[in-house]
Amino acid sequence: MRAPSILRTQAYRIVLVYVAVFAVSVTALIAFTYWNTKRALDAQTDQIIEAEITGLSEQYQQLGLRGLADVVISRSAHGGPGLYLLANQLKQPIVGNLDAWPASVTLPGNFVEFDYQRRIENQLDTRRARGRVFVLAGGFFLLVAQDVHERYQTEQLFTTTLPWTVGLVLLLGLGGGALMSRNMLARLDSINRTSTEIIAGDLSRRVPIGDAHDEFDALAENLNAMLDRIERLMKGVREVTDSVAHDLRTPLNRLRNRLEATLRHLDPASAETVEIEAAVAETDSLITTFNALLLIAEADAGVTRGEMTAIDLAPIAADMAELYAPLAEEKGVNLEISPSGITMIDGNRSLISQALANLVDNAIKYTPSGGKVTVSVSETPLGAELRVADTGPGIAALERARVVERFVRLEASRNSPGTGLGLSLVAAVARLHDARLLLEDNMPGLRAIIRFPRHAPRRG
Amino acid sequence: MRILVVEDDLEAQRYLVNGLKEAGHVVDDAADGETGLTLALSRPYDVAIIDRMLPKMDGLKLVAEMREHSNTTPVLFLSALSEVDDRVKGLKAGGDDYLTKPYAFVELLARIDALMRRRSPQTVKTRLQVGDLELDLLTRTAKRAGSAIDLQPREFRLLEYLMRHASQVVTRTMLLESVWEYHFDPQTNVIDVHISRLRAKIDKGFDTALLHTVRGAGYMIRARA
Repeated sequence: MRAPSILRTQAYRIVLVYVAVFAVSVTALIAFTYWNTKRALDAQTDQIIEAEITGLSEQYQQLGLRGLADVVISRSAHGGPGLYLLANQLKQPIVGNLDAWPASVTLPGNFVEFDYQRRIENQLDTRRARGRVFVLAGGFFLLVAQDVHERYQTEQLFTTTLPWTVGLVLLLGLGGGALMSRNMLARLDSINRTSTEIIAGDLSRRVPIGDAHDEFDALAENLNAMLDRIERLMKGVREVTDSVAHDLRTPLNRLRNRLEATLRHLDPASAETVEIEAAVAETDSLITTFNALLLIAEADAGVTRGEMTAIDLAPIAADMAELYAPLAEEKGVNLEISPSGITMIDGNRSLISQALANLVDNAIKYTPSGGKVTVSVSETPLGAELRVADTGPGIAALERARVVERFVRLEASRNSPGTGLGLSLVAAVARLHDARLLLEDNMPGLRAIIRFPRHAPRRG
Repeated sequence: MRILVVEDDLEAQRYLVNGLKEAGHVVDDAADGETGLTLALSRPYDVAIIDRMLPKMDGLKLVAEMREHSNTTPVLFLSALSEVDDRVKGLKAGGDDYLTKPYAFVELLARIDALMRRRSPQTVKTRLQVGDLELDLLTRTAKRAGSAIDLQPREFRLLEYLMRHASQVVTRTMLLESVWEYHFDPQTNVIDVHISRLRAKIDKGFDTALLHTVRGAGYMIRARA
C-alpha cells in the first residue's frame, strides 16, 4: 500500500486546526495583557503628572512666574523621573531640566509621548517621556512630563519578540502535531495494511493489538472480533456451497447413470430412446445452470475460488476469438480481434475465459448475418479492459442498467435455455476479480466491457 | 482391462461397475479409501477411478499414498465438488484426469480408454499415420495420399490429438481440454464447427472418410469404417 503523505492525513489536519487556534489564543492573550498593563502604567504616570500640574499651577497663582520658576528649578534639580520645562510664548525655554522644547509636543491639553535627550555621565542619551502641556495665564507654556524610558524599552522589546513568540508556538505546535499524527498514522497504517491483506483474500490476518489499552487497541479488538465473525461466516458459506454442490451433484449423477444404463439396453431406433436422450440433455442443462448459480452465489458471498495469478489478457482474448472464429464465419458474422500489447491483471484464466466465452457466444448469437463482433483488450489509466462489441440489436438503455445490477431474476425469466445465466455468470466472474461489467450502447449493438483494476505486484 | 473403482455412493458405484463390465472391462470395487488403497497396492490395474471424497481416506490422500508406493496406475478422479480449484488439486496429488459429476458415461469410457493407451509404452513418434493420412510432427505438415494439406496451427493440434488417439472415441470436452486447454463447457458447440472444417480439409474429395462422428459421444479418426 502507498504510504499516505503525512500532510494530507486527517490527523495532521486536526493538528493544524488546533495549532492555529492555539496560536491565535496565545497572541490575543499576550496582546490583551500588554495593552492592559500599558494602560495601567500610563494611567499611573498621568496621575502623577496631573498632580504636579495642579501643584505647579497653584504655585503660579500664588507666587507668580518667578515663584513658579524657583519651584521648577528646585524640582528639576531632584534628578528623579520628573521632567519640567517652563517656556515663553515662543516656546523658548526659560527654566527646567529639558534643554529644548521637544518638537513633537505642540498642543496643550492631551497627554503626549515624546523623545528627549539627556546627558548622563557625558553621554547624550535619547529617552522616552510622557507628559502634558499646560498654558499659564500670560501665555507661558509649562511642560510637565515623566521619564518612561524603562517602560518604553520593555514595550519595544515586547513588540519585537511577539512575532518570534508566535512563530515558536506555531513551530512547536506543528512539530508536535507531526509527531503525534505520525504516531497515530502508524497505528492506522497497521489497521489499513491488515484490511488490504484481508481484501486481497487472506482472511486469517488480524490487526495487531498494542499494550497501551487506548482507543486504537479498542478499535483493533473490535475489528478483530468482526473479522472472526466474517471468517466464520465465509467458512460457513464455503461449506454450504460445497455440501450443496455435493448433495445436488450426487443425485443428479445417479439420475444420469440410471438414464444412461436404461439407454444402453434400448433399441437406438425406439421412441423411448429419444425421450431418454432428451431427459439426459435436461439433466446436463440442470447441472450447467446449477454450476452457474453456485459461482454467482459464491461471488456474491465474496468467496473466491480458483487461484489468482498474474495473467495476460491479450492471449486469452486471441484464443477465444480463434475458438469462435469458425462459428462466426458459419453464421456470416465478422469476428475480429483488435491487436493489443501485454495487458497484465490478477486473475484466473479459466474463469475469465469462461466469462469471455459467454460474451462472445452471446454476441455471435444476437448479431445478424453480415454484422460484426469485435473483441479487444486495452490498458487504461485505471487498469485493463476486455471488450466485446457487436452490431446486433443491443439492449435498451433502461434494461441495461437493470441487467448489470441484478441479473439473476431478469435473465432467469427468459426461456431460451442455456442463455439465462450467461451474463450473470460474467458479472459474477467480474465481481470475483474486483472488476466491473459494463454494458454500453455500441450504436448499433451492445458493447460489453469487463473493467479490471490495475494489476498489483504479487502479494506476499 | 482391469479397472479399480473406489466410490462410496453405492448406487453410483453399481451403475459404474455394471457399465464398465458391459463395456468389457474387469472391475474391482471398493467403497472407502483404505480398502481402495489395499486393493490398488495388491493387484495390478490398468486404470483406477477414484472419488474425491471418500470415507476413512480421502481420494487425494489415497492417490498420494499410491504414488508414494511407486504405484503408477493411471488415476481418473471423480468429483462432486466445485471445479475451479479442485481439478488442480486433484492433478497435483497425482491424478491423471478429472471428471466432475454428473458425467456422461461415454465421456468416462473415452477418458479411461485414453488413460490406458497412454500407459502402454510409446516410442517418441515423429510421424503419425492413419490410412493414407500422414502427419509429420517435426515439419508440422500434413499429407493425404501424397498431396499436402494446408492446416492452421490449431487445426494441426486438433488433428494431432485425434490421430494420437486413432480408433478411440474422443469427446468434445477432451478436445476442448487438450487442444484449447479450456476446462469449461461453452454453451454453443464450437468444437463441432472446428471438426467440420477439419473434415473438409482432410476428407473432402476422398472416397473413404477418416474422421467420423460417434453419435452421442464425440469423434474418432480411423482408417476403416
